[in-house]
Amino acid sequence: MALMRISSPHATGPNRTTQVMLTVCLATLPGLMALVWHFGPGPLINVLLASIFALALEALALKLRKRPIGFYLRDGSALVTGILLGLALPPYVPWWLIFVGVFFAIVIAKHLYGGLGYNPFNPAMVGYVVLLISFPLPMTQWVLPAELTQQTPTLIETLLGLAQGTQGLPDGITGATPLDAFRQNTGELVLDVYAQSPVLAAGQWAGAGFEWVNLGFLLGGALLLQQRIFTWHAPVGMLATLLLLSALFYDGGSSNSAGSPWLHLLSGGTMLGAFFIVTDPVTSTTSTKGRLIFGAGVGLLVFCIRTWGNYPDAVAFAVLLMNFAAPFIDYYTTPRTYGHTKPRKATEKSE
Amino acid sequence: MTQIWNIPGGIHPPENKQQSLRAPLGHIDLPAELVLPLNQHLGAPAEPVVAVGDNVKTGQVIAQPGGQFSAAVHASSSGRVIAIEDRPLPHPSGFAGPCIVIAPDGLDTWINLEPCPDYRAQEPVELVQKIRLAGIAGMGGAGFPTAIKLAPKANQPIDTLILNGTECEPYITADDRLMRDRPEQVIEGARLMAYLLGEPDRVVIGIEDNKPEAIAALRAAAEGSPIEIAGFPTKYPSGGEKQLITILTGREVPAGKIPADIGIVVQNVGTAVAAWRAVVRGEPLISRITTVVGEALDVQRNVEVRLGTPVAHVLAAHGFQAAKASRIVLGGPMMGYAIETGDVPVVKTTNCILAPSQQELPAPPPAQACIRCGMCSEACPASLLPQQLYWYARAQDHEKLEAYNLFDCIECGACAYVCPSSIPLVHYYRAAKGDIRQAQVDKEKADRSRERFAFRQERIARQEAEKEAKRAERAKAAAAAKAKMAEKKSNAGTASDPVATAIAKAKAQQASAQQSPVEQRAKLERQLSAAQGRLALAQEKLSQAETEEQAEKCRAAVKTAEIKLTDVQQKLANAKDAPKDDPVAAAIERAKAKLTMSPLEKLNATIATLSERLQKAEAKLAQAQTEQSAHVEALQLGVDKLRAKLNEAQEELASHSPTTADERAPDDAASAAIERAKAKAAARAAMSDTDKLREQVSSLEVRLDKARQKLADAEAEGSPHVDALRTAADKLANKLADTQSRLENA
Ligand code: SF4
Ligand code: SF4
Repeated sequence: MALMRISSPHATGPNRTTQVMLTVCLATLPGLMALVWHFGPGPLINVLLASIFALALEALALKLRKRPIGFYLRDGSALVTGILLGLALPPYVPWWLIFVGVFFAIVIAKHLYGGLGYNPFNPAMVGYVVLLISFPLPMTQWVLPAELTQQTPTLIETLLGLAQGTQGLPDGITGATPLDAFRQNTGELVLDVYAQSPVLAAGQWAGAGFEWVNLGFLLGGALLLQQRIFTWHAPVGMLATLLLLSALFYDGGSSNSAGSPWLHLLSGGTMLGAFFIVTDPVTSTTSTKGRLIFGAGVGLLVFCIRTWGNYPDAVAFAVLLMNFAAPFIDYYTTPRTYGHTKPRKATEKSE
Repeated sequence: MTQIWNIPGGIHPPENKQQSLRAPLGHIDLPAELVLPLNQHLGAPAEPVVAVGDNVKTGQVIAQPGGQFSAAVHASSSGRVIAIEDRPLPHPSGFAGPCIVIAPDGLDTWINLEPCPDYRAQEPVELVQKIRLAGIAGMGGAGFPTAIKLAPKANQPIDTLILNGTECEPYITADDRLMRDRPEQVIEGARLMAYLLGEPDRVVIGIEDNKPEAIAALRAAAEGSPIEIAGFPTKYPSGGEKQLITILTGREVPAGKIPADIGIVVQNVGTAVAAWRAVVRGEPLISRITTVVGEALDVQRNVEVRLGTPVAHVLAAHGFQAAKASRIVLGGPMMGYAIETGDVPVVKTTNCILAPSQQELPAPPPAQACIRCGMCSEACPASLLPQQLYWYARAQDHEKLEAYNLFDCIECGACAYVCPSSIPLVHYYRAAKGDIRQAQVDKEKADRSRERFAFRQERIARQEAEKEAKRAERAKAAAAAKAKMAEKKSNAGTASDPVATAIAKAKAQQASAQQSPVEQRAKLERQLSAAQGRLALAQEKLSQAETEEQAEKCRAAVKTAEIKLTDVQQKLANAKDAPKDDPVAAAIERAKAKLTMSPLEKLNATIATLSERLQKAEAKLAQAQTEQSAHVEALQLGVDKLRAKLNEAQEELASHSPTTADERAPDDAASAAIERAKAKAAARAAMSDTDKLREQVSSLEVRLDKARQKLADAEAEGSPHVDALRTAADKLANKLADTQSRLENA
């Protein structure tokens, strides 16, 4: 009887990295649907293009690095990066913008650092930030939700938009996002801001369209949590911090108010960030305690940058800054091993 | 209700316990051969007390414990001893080891048992000895000799006795079956152990709550006694000793300590029953309950198996279909090990034979990149950071590994189970542990030799100082000009054969440098696990390599790793083959041989070893060249050096051969002096008294001449020793006169 010699454990759990990645992709669907519903086919085209670019560039990078292309493509991480970047971009940006973003995400942020598992920064967010800094104009023009324009761009217009951005779209279709509305606020009461800003006035809590998109991502995130794709620590850390700070600074809706908690939780990239970006395992911390801190840090930074910074949204910056901090958090949150009295710092010599 | 503490981490793999619980406890026929390994436990192997051809009865001792950390082995059925030889062992390494093979006669005639129903009349010490002689060893996993755990040190009062009925591994139900079928025996076992441990305050049996029948049965049996039956939530690995202690007491065993250090003893329920049967019924451990399970079998159930029954026999009795099986695992799917052959026997620790189908436990998928998802650290019951350990294990960063507490890893496999990238984490940890232990041993050795060197330097310095002191003393004595002949005496004192002492010292050094066979084997085993790890690593790399060039390199690496592995296995097998021939004695023998060798012989021997080494080196070089290894240059250098040495030796031989062909080592001045002295003594003994005296006279004359000469020199130089020299010369003159007069008288 010649038998195989395999070392224990012989059983493996149901988790597979590929599956994890694909589940994440699926979980973006509710958010994506809300985007399409409110902003037309632009976001869908974004996501499709970004995914295709991502897969192609990943294959290219693997080829250059002489790695098995099929094996690594199948882990699905490039697809996730593409989809997330596509979702984060404003609808109706030129195609080359998407390409540049994906290039920075996949080739620079991921493969130059050694590929999956070795990249210190979230690739999608690197791509986003590079674009935001290099091409601020197209990156800050959001079309208005369907509730305001009574029409969304047609498919033809969308494809035109790929060539020239929002210039190809009918006039008056872009406008201030809810967060813009607050940033441009010059000493008015929150209630007045809500009344004056068309996008806020047409919405329930945090601006027409945007709130539904955020709720869509929240739903997707809840699905992932339920599937135990990631733990609750990082998203809860981020959302709780954001909620707490915005409640503190709400200031009763005075003219100094930084906006209501609802506004912060349900506008911009909050939910996309909370459930799809800060949960990226590679670039966050490893212990659960560390993740709570990591999430909280992102929440804090998001609030600060939104309130006192100059950029339309802050999730990308906040995440990248916390990526920087992740190794330090890891260092200080090493769990206490069984039978040891205190957690040992990794740099200490063993006894 | 017993308070239950939570442990961090843990997983919930599919339990798969129902399959084997549907049928009642079964029995199978005796096999054609019972193979009883001498080492079924942790610690030293037992020593056989029967010979081939002996007839033995069921329960008869066939091997005595070979030391404190050992357990006896008994014939598990009556029959004839047909061989005492190496057979494949149920061990992860797949090695063979010494076994006693019995051909059962089918009668199963027992020896006379000595029951002892009222054990409380006896001292615990005697009972523990009984347990030891009954061969009881931990039946849950590692096979720690039970008697040792039951005799804690006097300064370690035991306040809690825990019986482990957790059985948290999937598939295994042997303890469950036992607790359901024989709850009274479990309780009796607990009482016995409590008595042996000086009645600890708390006796608690811990069981996972997926075994409600067992809990109910034990509760009923324990009715009215202070023994607690604690059910707690099912979670793998609650059955780990340390984990169970935390669950039931909230305490932790400090790192590097044993449970007895915090007043706790943990025993498996099966062990408790075996101990009770050994004491009360006098039955030695000759059978155990084993779970036979897996989809490649027609019948899945628990059976009571005689120890030594080959696994293949057990499987055959359960309709095993080899074609369907993906592997055969001894133990559970989480911590068990796959065996290569069904010839290995069931031993004291075999709690499960798992024969899963391909669908049940498919071959592991190829490992993907670690995505640092942290699933592993969430699952780890020891609160380690498995992904960091994996990282540093790959980088072979031993310092970091220890800083991240690699040695607190219990190898439970929870991390590898949850890892979405299917990284064989535990495999890496095992290999890394092996490497680190090896490095430590090497370091210790280096330290020791450094110490020896320092010690030697010190000794030489001390001897110098002593000599100096003696010289001064002698000078003083001479100066005091006392009549006694201090000189002669001191000569006798120092001349107490320095050669003999040197030899003795060399011997002692050799003996200490030479490792005992046990140590050697342990070292080899460590090397083996390291080699296995390296092989796995190389294979993993190969599976990931893409270009042909890379793959080629990886293949070469795999090849080398394989060669190394077989090499180590070979060595280990050899070490096991010849555990009796004492290497120390051999070394001394060799050293002696060398000592008595003529220089010619010595040279010849050197040349022989050198050319042997050269051959080996050349073979290696050729291999490296064909593989285009990076070591070609280094190897080339080595070969060149060896050649040069060889030439040198040959030249020397050529110059030696005409002259000193069969002369005995004359180069050793000390031994030559001894030779001369001996010759003198012999000659003297043969002389007549007159001759002796005459001889003495002439030697005294010579000495006197010399002394006078010295005195004259000293006087000329105005040396401070003049007085002493003068007295010495006078003395000699007196003596000479004395001897001359005696000669005349004679
Ligand atoms: S579970 Fe696997 S992939 Fe995830 S962090 Fe641990 S080792 Fe890496
Ligand atoms: S095998 Fe070691 S590292 Fe992995 S979960 Fe178990 S104790 Fe933790």
